[in-house]
Amino acid sequence: MRKSDLFFLFTACNGVLFALMLLHGHHGQAAAHVERRERARLVRELMLTDLCLFTEARYTRHPAMADLHSAFQDHPFSLEHFPSGSLLSPPPLPAR
Amino acid sequence: MNTSLNRHRNIIDFALSSLLRRKMKNFSLLALYTLIVFVIASLLFFVHALKREATLLLADAPDMVVQRLMAGRHDLIPVAYAEKIRSLPGVSTVTPRLWGYYYDPVFGANYTLTVPPKPTVEPGNILVGAEVSRNQRVSEGDMVAFRTAAHVPLLLTVKGIYPAASNLVAADLIIMSAEDFQAMFDLPKAHATDLAVTVANPRELATVATKIVEAFPDARPILKSEMLRTYDSIFDWRGGMMVVILSAAVLSFVIFAWDKATGLSAEERREIGILKSIGWETADVLYLKLWEGIVISLSAFLLGGLLAYGHVFFFSASLFEHALKGWAVLYPRFKLVPTVDSYHLAVLFFLTVLPYTTATIVPAWLAATADPDAAMRS
Repeated sequence: MRKSDLFFLFTACNGVLFALMLLHGHHGQAAAHVERRERARLVRELMLTDLCLFTEARYTRHPAMADLHSAFQDHPFSLEHFPSGSLLSPPPLPAR
Repeated sequence: MNTSLNRHRNIIDFALSSLLRRKMKNFSLLALYTLIVFVIASLLFFVHALKREATLLLADAPDMVVQRLMAGRHDLIPVAYAEKIRSLPGVSTVTPRLWGYYYDPVFGANYTLTVPPKPTVEPGNILVGAEVSRNQRVSEGDMVAFRTAAHVPLLLTVKGIYPAASNLVAADLIIMSAEDFQAMFDLPKAHATDLAVTVANPRELATVATKIVEAFPDARPILKSEMLRTYDSIFDWRGGMMVVILSAAVLSFVIFAWDKATGLSAEERREIGILKSIGWETADVLYLKLWEGIVISLSAFLLGGLLAYGHVFFFSASLFEHALKGWAVLYPRFKLVPTVDSYHLAVLFFLTVLPYTTATIVPAWLAATADPDAAMRS
């Protein structure tokens, strides 16, 4: 087999996998519909306002509900802008 | 047509042989190229999937949440506020929300304690998120001891555990009755954490918010649109911060690629001279270099994109986990719903494939237009 044929075969296989990736993404959206509906039901019934992404601190657990004048908190969609935010280290973990 | 196709196949054969003659250099270049595409594509897939999930889920969040501010901080709100807000024109419902945080000194984790607006658990029972159950090592029917505000143990029975599929919203949640919540935190009577407000016409939200602030100067209304913008902003910031870090890596790659692509080695220059002297045209030499560039960059783009998809959607972006986890003890593990934005793929393609391919042609064109005799002697 010629080297160019091998390259075309390799690229075609990757291309097919790429197309399958896009299809999988599309199919995944449909398949996740039930689970997403369940999550949306929880949000509606428990009146949740935030995703559970970071549980480190109050303002990272509920950034939309955070206090004013601390990280992310000047207004609900503001950013950490205090230079001290990059200098202060977190407190040590309490002894178990 | 066939002649042209055969010509290109012959050139590709020659280009591949030429690349394989410098195996080490070209395989290391391909590996580095693939790694950079993989990291950037992983970031794009991850941020896009999270943003989409936030938009879809928070569409069911309350229209507006009203907090009370005291001394510049979020304070408990009197339930009496709800009555006056309910009487405002356009307001459909006002529901006091009871929720708070509980730091578990034994496991070092933070939990979110919530009372559902409609009673779903009996006093003495709780529903917990999958990560709480994992962290506390409890299953359905087990008893859990919490320490109340008065430092008295409160024993509660786990009546149910939310499935791991709900982790994105409920990983750290503990759902309990209003009575248990009161026992836990000893809240002042007729107070709530905040108020959830529903407005009949979404276009009146801003007007209702203004009226609430006029009636209660210490109130802070947070609209649903602001909640959604919070997540847009956070992901942009995180994505943005990582893109800033990655841009340094990409820039070094560009310098590396530019250095390799613009500075033809003496061997390559001699090769071009020999090809010209045996009858190759300048166009053939340019095609040769173009195909060499395409083989490297297209392969890196395809491999990097595929690996990134697997990393984010099959392995839950495990390489980003440490950066996102930070100092949290309880880290919600969630599987993102696969979603690929073709616009992002197109941007990635034009940012990675085109510059490298173009950069390989320029020096080849300079060498190919030179005298073959001089090129061979250099």
